Amino acid sequence: MTTELLTDITIFVLSLLVGFEVISKVPATLHTPLMSAANSIHGIVLVGAMLIAVTAGNALGYILAFVAAAFAAMNVVGGYVVTGRMLKMFRRARTPVSPGSPPAGVTGGPGAPGGQVPGGPGETS
Amino acid sequence: MSAIDWITQLLYIAAATCFVLGLHLMNSPATARRGNQVSTAGMAIAVLTTLVLVIHAGTVSVTGWIVMIAGALLGGGAGLYAARTVQMTAMPQLVSIFNAVGGGAAALVAINDYVKAAGASAGVAESTTVATILDVLIGAVTFSGSIIAAGKLQGLINAAPISFRGSRAANIAAAVVGVGGGIYMIATPDVVVLVIIILAALAFGVTMVLPIGGADMPVVISLLNAFTGTAVAMAGFVIGNWALIIAGALVGASGGILTKLMADAMNRSIRNIIVGGFGTGDGQAAALEGPGGDVRSIAADDAAIQLAYASKVVIVPGYGLAAAQAQHQVAELAKLLEERGVEVSYAIHPVAGRMPGHMNVLLAEANVPYPQLKEMEEINPEFPRTDVALVIGANDVTNPAARRPGTAISGMPILDVDNAKSIIVIKRSMGHGYAGIDNELYVNPKTSMYFADAKSALTNLTAAVKTLVG
Repeated sequence: MTTELLTDITIFVLSLLVGFEVISKVPATLHTPLMSAANSIHGIVLVGAMLIAVTAGNALGYILAFVAAAFAAMNVVGGYVVTGRMLKMFRRARTPVSPGSPPAGVTGGPGAPGGQVPGGPGETS
Repeated sequence: MSAIDWITQLLYIAAATCFVLGLHLMNSPATARRGNQVSTAGMAIAVLTTLVLVIHAGTVSVTGWIVMIAGALLGGGAGLYAARTVQMTAMPQLVSIFNAVGGGAAALVAINDYVKAAGASAGVAESTTVATILDVLIGAVTFSGSIIAAGKLQGLINAAPISFRGSRAANIAAAVVGVGGGIYMIATPDVVVLVIIILAALAFGVTMVLPIGGADMPVVISLLNAFTGTAVAMAGFVIGNWALIIAGALVGASGGILTKLMADAMNRSIRNIIVGGFGTGDGQAAALEGPGGDVRSIAADDAAIQLAYASKVVIVPGYGLAAAQAQHQVAELAKLLEERGVEVSYAIHPVAGRMPGHMNVLLAEANVPYPQLKEMEEINPEFPRTDVALVIGANDVTNPAARRPGTAISGMPILDVDNAKSIIVIKRSMGHGYAGIDNELYVNPKTSMYFADAKSALTNLTAAVKTLVG
């Protein structure tokens, strides 16, 4: 067993512990974005894919480099973009989304004054 | 160590720090977006550092550059397109695909390294071989398993558990060949054996996920996520890169925690999941007893009046709501009730939806403010104060039978819906949930059943509230 391997194992184990510590504090509300974020982080394998190209010299090497780069880049780019898209949707208060849906009152405020919408009080049939 | 080695190593550590900070910031919806940005910055640092390293090495041929850049552009473009266009209901598929490509890339890194080392005169060092084999095995299993999972989620492959004669035997055989071949390779490096174990691992991934039912997907995705992380960490061992080891370990931890949470929430042990028996064995507990009471059904008008004159309503969305894609309809009804002064919140069971936390994303997309999304522990004490609990497409997670021993779901954490003053259940039929047992909630005298598809039921309820009590 080399010192290098021992260092690698130490780093691995400590990172696992840090990961458990940090991630156990993420609320269930955010579990999907969390998984998506973790997904983008494992896109770090792009680094490994790039390093394949350094030594590639024959057809097999080039094919491996190409596929690995494509896979990893898809992982990184897609992962971060979709995580960002999801997190953008988490809002503290309701905001108007489309012209079709008029703004609602502030949440939790019973009978919020802004809530006069078609179908609201006054439109009794 | 030369200067450039020092600098690049330090930059990799900076990148890893960004990943940890980014994950840390995800502990609240208020800071989560910043977390993602910090994590993205870390990734940019790592990739740019590698680019400098690759340029500095100066050994990349023109073909190498073309191949690398073309691959990255193609993959990046595909990822960008998928991420921009994906429906929130299809998130689990996308996460599965990203797991597949991540695991696949990690396996390719190891395969490349092994083939190269086997060709060199020095041969392959044993310590590297162990990491290589683990990387190849885990990466290949993740690759094929995630593709099958994505296919099931997308509906391209039958979501029901698929098992053919000897599927279990094939699964075990693939595992034996993979692990056995791996052990052989440690003693005797051989590229042919490498190919064999890759094929065995791919076969294992397929035979592992095929027999798993759709309702189990939250567990499967989490598990495959953990696998991907581990494969990436192993790739870090193979190429001696700390950034990969740290990032992979973080993802492994995240996937591991989520797998445990999902397994607990579905009342299954992790051992039961990994060894097999996914979606099999449990179905046998089906025929316990028939409905032990009368079922009261309710029409849209009555349900609407009940909801409109309540002071506190808790909505309990389940898999059925996600399957019917009725998140916008439920949000509309909730908004209408709120405008009438009704206090509305959502009770989210950990396994509601098709992946961990999926229901929260669906509701967030429908513009539901996140403070209204309550976790199980948070909402359960509130049920006794709740006038109407509106259960939509959720079944087993509301079954009070879980509190008694001796049922298929005994011990499973549930939402205490039966503590509410009255309960309305929107459901297409009296059909069983995943556990295959009758839901005692449905025969509770406080419960009224509204038999309809979630989407049309919610539309009707909203219309009824508007016309009757508007």
